Amino acid sequence: MSKKNLYKKGMKDGIPIALGYLAVSFTFGIMAKIAGLSILQAVILSATNVTSAGQFAGLTVITAGSSYIEMAFTQLIVNLRYCLMSCALSQKFSNKTSISHRLMVAYGNTDEIFGICTMSQGVLSPYYAFGAISVAVPGWTLGTFLGALSGSILPANILSALGVALYGMFIAIIIPPAKKSRIILGLVIVSMILSLVFNILPLLSSISSGFKIIILTLLIAGIWAKLFPVDESTSENS
Amino acid sequence: MSGNIYIYILVMATVTYLIRVLPLTLIRKEIKSPFIRSFLYYVPYVTLSVMTFPAILSATKSTLSALFGFVVAIAVAIKGGSLIKVSAMSCVAVFVIELIV
Repeated sequence: MSKKNLYKKGMKDGIPIALGYLAVSFTFGIMAKIAGLSILQAVILSATNVTSAGQFAGLTVITAGSSYIEMAFTQLIVNLRYCLMSCALSQKFSNKTSISHRLMVAYGNTDEIFGICTMSQGVLSPYYAFGAISVAVPGWTLGTFLGALSGSILPANILSALGVALYGMFIAIIIPPAKKSRIILGLVIVSMILSLVFNILPLLSSISSGFKIIILTLLIAGIWAKLFPVDESTSENS
Repeated sequence: MSGNIYIYILVMATVTYLIRVLPLTLIRKEIKSPFIRSFLYYVPYVTLSVMTFPAILSATKSTLSALFGFVVAIAVAIKGGSLIKVSAMSCVAVFVIELIV
């Protein structure tokens, strides 16, 4: 396939991703506005980060007025999964793929872009990834803009209902694998219970939410990795 | 808020980009350590679970409506609903409960 056709194919596969992004980033735009960001700041944030969980976690850190160091660590932990995805994508590229192409694909390596790229047959062409990114990222940014714009217009009961949209998306991500694997189900339940404990217990509840995510992730994922090592076949395409 | 928003955004974007770009450019070999592979595999599930609960309970006007949205999201997800469907049904559930109560 020519570079142009690969690019076009990427764009086509990027459309459903862009639509999904519109909905989620719309909520992000609203929440960014509520957290005190301007429309421009929300849009810049989305265009430069292109992460869902990372951006929402970032808002929490900004609202709490925590340090830049805490922000850096929170992003590191919440977005750590991209490290694995980038490793996997790197294997999928041909050795000849240039540094500049790798630098560009890295920018748009989201969960969804990673998903379609690893599903594509054979060696991955960076042009396919470029096509998908060029459709998906504008969807993410546009949704943020619309959300931030309408955040001040929408009635309170709609805003309240939209408050659970992001969490609904997280639940949609963690439930299917938890349904299939008891190990993941246990992981999810233990994580939620300890998260609740951290919010309730007097001393622990003074820990900021960014550090809570960091501590619990290192602790629980570490214990699970020790107790239930993942074999090669199950860790693919996750 | 105490920090500058633009510096926060810069920190976020830099850290996130480094996480994505370093493995793509430097680590061209596969990660072999089963512990690190497993750890990275489990990370997103813990992070998303911790971020979701109990934070979701204070995401709406009342704990009751949020709890209802939480339960509906889980139910729809178990039934195999798509990302958007789970999210939308959860919002609708909150909206309806807040109309009634």
